[in-house]
Amino acid sequence: MSRHRVKAVSYDDDYDDYDDGYDSQDPEERELLEQCTREVQSQLAAGDPPVSATRDEVQEALWHYYNDVDKSVNYLRGKKTKEADKKAATVKAKVSTVPAYPIPPTTTPSHPHFSAAEFFRDSPWLNIPANRKADILIEPLYPRLGLLGGAPENGGGKVSKLAALAAARKRKEGDKAPASTPGHDIQSANEAKGAPLSLRERLASKQVKQESSPSLQSLKRQSPPQEKSPEPKPTIPAATSLEDAVKDLQIEDKQRLDEEKEEPPAVNIRAPPSTFAATIVGDDTRPKLTEPSHLFTDTLDLMKIYGQDLAEPFDFAGPSPDDVVLNAQSSAKGFKSKQPAAKPQGDKKAAGLAGDMSNLSVTEKVNVKSKNLDVLSEYKKAKRKNAMNFVVIGHVDAGKSTLMGRLLADLKAIDQRTLDKYRREAEKIGKGSFALAWVLDQGSEERARGVTIDIATSKFETEKTVFTIVDSPGHRDFVPNMIAGASQADFAVLVIDSSIGNYESGLKGQTKEHALLVRSMGVQRIIVAVNKMDTVQWDYGRFEEIEQQVSAFLITAGFQAKNISFVPCSGVNGDNITRRSEDPNVSWYTGRTLVEELETSEPYSHAVDKPLRMTIGDVFRGSIQNPLSISGRIDAGSLQIGDQVLTMPSGESATIRSLEIDGEPNDWAVAGQNVVLNLANIDPIHLRSGDVVCHATAPITNVTSFTCKVLAFDHLLPSAVDIHRGRLHVPGRIGKLVATLDKGSGNVLKKKPKIVQPGSVARIVIELDQAVPLEAPTRVVLRAGGDTVAAGLLE
Amino acid sequence: MRLVKNKIEYGGAGSVTLIPEEPEDMWHAYNLIVPGDLLYATAIRRVTTTAASTGSTSSSRVRLTLEIRVKNLDFDPQNSQLHVSGQIVNETPHTKIGQHHTLDLELNRQFTLEKGSGPDSEGSGWDSVAVEALKDAVDEGGNRKAEAVAVVMQEGLAHICFIGQFRTVLKQKIEMSVPRKRAGGSDHDKTMTKFYQTTLDTLLRHMEFNTSSTSMTSNDPVRPVLLASPGFTATSFQKHIQHVANTTTPALKRLLPSVVVVHSASGYLHSLTEVLQSPTVKALLSDTKHARETKLMDDFHEQLRKETNKATYGPREVENAVGQGAVGRGGGILIISNKLFRSPDVAERKRWVALVDRVRDVEGGEVRVLSSEHESGKRLDGLGGIAAILTFPIGDEDLEEDSE
Repeated sequence: MSRHRVKAVSYDDDYDDYDDGYDSQDPEERELLEQCTREVQSQLAAGDPPVSATRDEVQEALWHYYNDVDKSVNYLRGKKTKEADKKAATVKAKVSTVPAYPIPPTTTPSHPHFSAAEFFRDSPWLNIPANRKADILIEPLYPRLGLLGGAPENGGGKVSKLAALAAARKRKEGDKAPASTPGHDIQSANEAKGAPLSLRERLASKQVKQESSPSLQSLKRQSPPQEKSPEPKPTIPAATSLEDAVKDLQIEDKQRLDEEKEEPPAVNIRAPPSTFAATIVGDDTRPKLTEPSHLFTDTLDLMKIYGQDLAEPFDFAGPSPDDVVLNAQSSAKGFKSKQPAAKPQGDKKAAGLAGDMSNLSVTEKVNVKSKNLDVLSEYKKAKRKNAMNFVVIGHVDAGKSTLMGRLLADLKAIDQRTLDKYRREAEKIGKGSFALAWVLDQGSEERARGVTIDIATSKFETEKTVFTIVDSPGHRDFVPNMIAGASQADFAVLVIDSSIGNYESGLKGQTKEHALLVRSMGVQRIIVAVNKMDTVQWDYGRFEEIEQQVSAFLITAGFQAKNISFVPCSGVNGDNITRRSEDPNVSWYTGRTLVEELETSEPYSHAVDKPLRMTIGDVFRGSIQNPLSISGRIDAGSLQIGDQVLTMPSGESATIRSLEIDGEPNDWAVAGQNVVLNLANIDPIHLRSGDVVCHATAPITNVTSFTCKVLAFDHLLPSAVDIHRGRLHVPGRIGKLVATLDKGSGNVLKKKPKIVQPGSVARIVIELDQAVPLEAPTRVVLRAGGDTVAAGLLE
Repeated sequence: MRLVKNKIEYGGAGSVTLIPEEPEDMWHAYNLIVPGDLLYATAIRRVTTTAASTGSTSSSRVRLTLEIRVKNLDFDPQNSQLHVSGQIVNETPHTKIGQHHTLDLELNRQFTLEKGSGPDSEGSGWDSVAVEALKDAVDEGGNRKAEAVAVVMQEGLAHICFIGQFRTVLKQKIEMSVPRKRAGGSDHDKTMTKFYQTTLDTLLRHMEFNTSSTSMTSNDPVRPVLLASPGFTATSFQKHIQHVANTTTPALKRLLPSVVVVHSASGYLHSLTEVLQSPTVKALLSDTKHARETKLMDDFHEQLRKETNKATYGPREVENAVGQGAVGRGGGILIISNKLFRSPDVAERKRWVALVDRVRDVEGGEVRVLSSEHESGKRLDGLGGIAAILTFPIGDEDLEEDSE
């Protein structure tokens, strides 16, 4: 091994001792080396042209030539002509402790790479002369020479304008970020050096060395005077981007080459110190000059600085090359330098970490700003027409949908064109008489079968009131849907088929059940539309018969006589609906038409100041803008855009993004209004029809068991029942029959009855399979086997 | 269940050796085995051995035949698995007496159940109820395989359940939020189609129905599939199956003939009662135990409605009625859920067995034991697990004093 040991010496006498330690030469050898060195130096100086060589260069040469002075002198002379190459070669030695690769034979430095093509140029293909065959030695790939190691130290005082400009800029940026390291040593870093150091440090160390080793000054005679200036202090700190640095280097390299051409190559052959040596002396040469100097000028010799790169002490205290590049990049981009900013940021980070974490979310939160309206005062201010909901009930095929279709058509709530279209389409499938019903029966199955399946809402306006029709299905299988409709109603329109046979079957069927249901759901007023009177030729006797029977039944169901009114009408023809019938047979009827009857209804007050309760009627995709919408009627309380609402039983919160009342956008809504809420920040999986929307401040509780006071329509036993409350429809069972009660006083008649007889009032305990949002006083309906068995009030 | 050996002695002691053959047999075993019994069955036990010289341990799984004194039973209705835990009473090279073990009864592996009798033994012996349960369990005719699949559904909700002789197992519940109809929106129809498809996929998976085109020629019997719903949901579902069979999955055509549409009042599981009472289903599943049980419960309800005092329910009330001799000859029927006999408390079981014996042997009434895993059994459980149709009316008044 290792010629590197020899090369790893400082040009400083003082450090020979250190070198010795490495060289493990014995004193005799050293003595001899000293002598030879002096000899060679003197010969070099004496020769023509005079050449100066650094001490270690000389010693290296001597080492190679086994202390043959003449050969060394020859070699060094030749070498000086390749000053730049040699500089590069010396840089390699900077990786001092780990010998990286052997130095290429310096006698043939002109073409460091072996080229096979070149070698075989004159030999025929596959016919290589035998003498050549054995001699092929592929040389290892050495770093390209020439760009290594920086500029010659005597690089003249002249600097191109561009270089000067670059230097000035660098200095300026260096002032801004004094802690940064220069970018210009990236070159050497890239090549072999472990890590760069600040230029200032290098300069400082250089100065110390200059001061501490005056003997060397003689070797640098040829250096321009300003190079020796006691305080070069050039802060050419990095602070430029990598690109800048590289560009500068390219410029400077070019310039240096130019200069080399101009000047005789053998002016200064002093080799720079190895990194190792610099490291050894590093402690002494720690920078003492950290302040940028005012003496620094644009005329500073950059070449000199490059030349001194190699003399840098290296203590690994500086930032890594990556950091340098990053710092340079960030500062060049005008970002705040990281280091000064680090402290305050750190504190802020610690404080804001929790907040940041909580803000982390996979989905983007939609923030809707609440206007913080006082909804109640807004409500009082707003001059709206009275809004009324009514439910249309009756036995299947009583003509509920057709009657309402007629009503809407006659009030021009639906245009003639649509109606004609329905008529055409209905006739096409042979159900021409259902055309009017199609106004409300929008479902494909409903139309195909001619049966209303689910409730449908539609609205129309009269001079005084906005009415919302809730058309409910009459078929007994869809009573759950009818219950949902009835829960939204202020009053009810009971449609009765007056035709022979149908009336009688209806009375046994859903006419009765529906009437009982709407009554038990709290509906006070009922208008009985005796429909299809045209089929019985407007027979007054028939009407009277129906009126008597139905009113008797309704009164037993709990309606007050003054709240019951009868209108004979014909839905298909439109008689006595919006207009008085022209049929002479109807002359006996002088009462109000259906619309007039509707208008006599008094508006109902709703619990607007109670906590918000809204049963979700439907969960659907409103539009692209509103991917999740719910509809329903607000049972109690109020809400406005931006409100955070809670949906029960899931307990998930959502934000009201926007809302519509009867299809028109508004900022707020109160109890009694039919609204569509467009929600954000909730997964649709948490929303089901029948769920309850409330505010988090007054949430509704989920219960799995409750006590209620019910009116039994059928025998009650502990058994499975379906529990209905509006859209809510859940399975459960009657757990206990607590007591039967007196209808009037509510006193306990009998504790723990075995069975509750129809028509009696009882207190029972209901157990549910799942938690359901219910609270007293809520009206519930219990059904079993397709029949309504009881209806009552939660306690 | 196959009876291999029957060594029941006169006094009620003795043992039987049984081989469970189908999953439902586990249910029978669950009803037969009572805490305190001796159960002798094969088991796999992990045995850890320590080498004496080196002290190194090695564990291996060993198949053993263990006899345990039953302490606890755990029945998994979904998978029809029975885990019986207790203390080992026989010594084997790998186990010590008194160690605890949980036997997992396996299909087609025989086990021996021994019940002690007499005042000194822990168990209740082969009492009349146990012998009855054994009779139920042992499938002599081999005609018990009749099983139906029922899909009880409504819009956005479907329950797939398997109806067996003794049990109804809810296999899967499908729930989907279906938007309501609204003008101009096709969301409802789209979601319903999706819902039908999901239900169909789930149904086929649970039936282990082979939908590959090669299965067209196979002649595996297809179990009857009952589709029940209010309104048109079941019909639409049937149409959907037809549509799928005609377009994408021809193998489904094999399923179509066995699909029966029935009406039910709701899509909840308790509507299954209604399904099983419908004439179509009754014809299909002729005289199954289930149908008989359902009928019995209906009779009871009817009786309670018509003549409230000639029927009663609840443990105390029924005991009282039996005490008065009301559940006797001439129409007295004691309806009791087998849940009561599974009580971990031996005294409790003895109480109900004594009641059954009294009604049957002393009073001359009829005793019907209902499976608690059936809808009718669940209805009965709602009434306290026991009910009785009486031969003469009993006044409420004195009963009420008793209960208070």
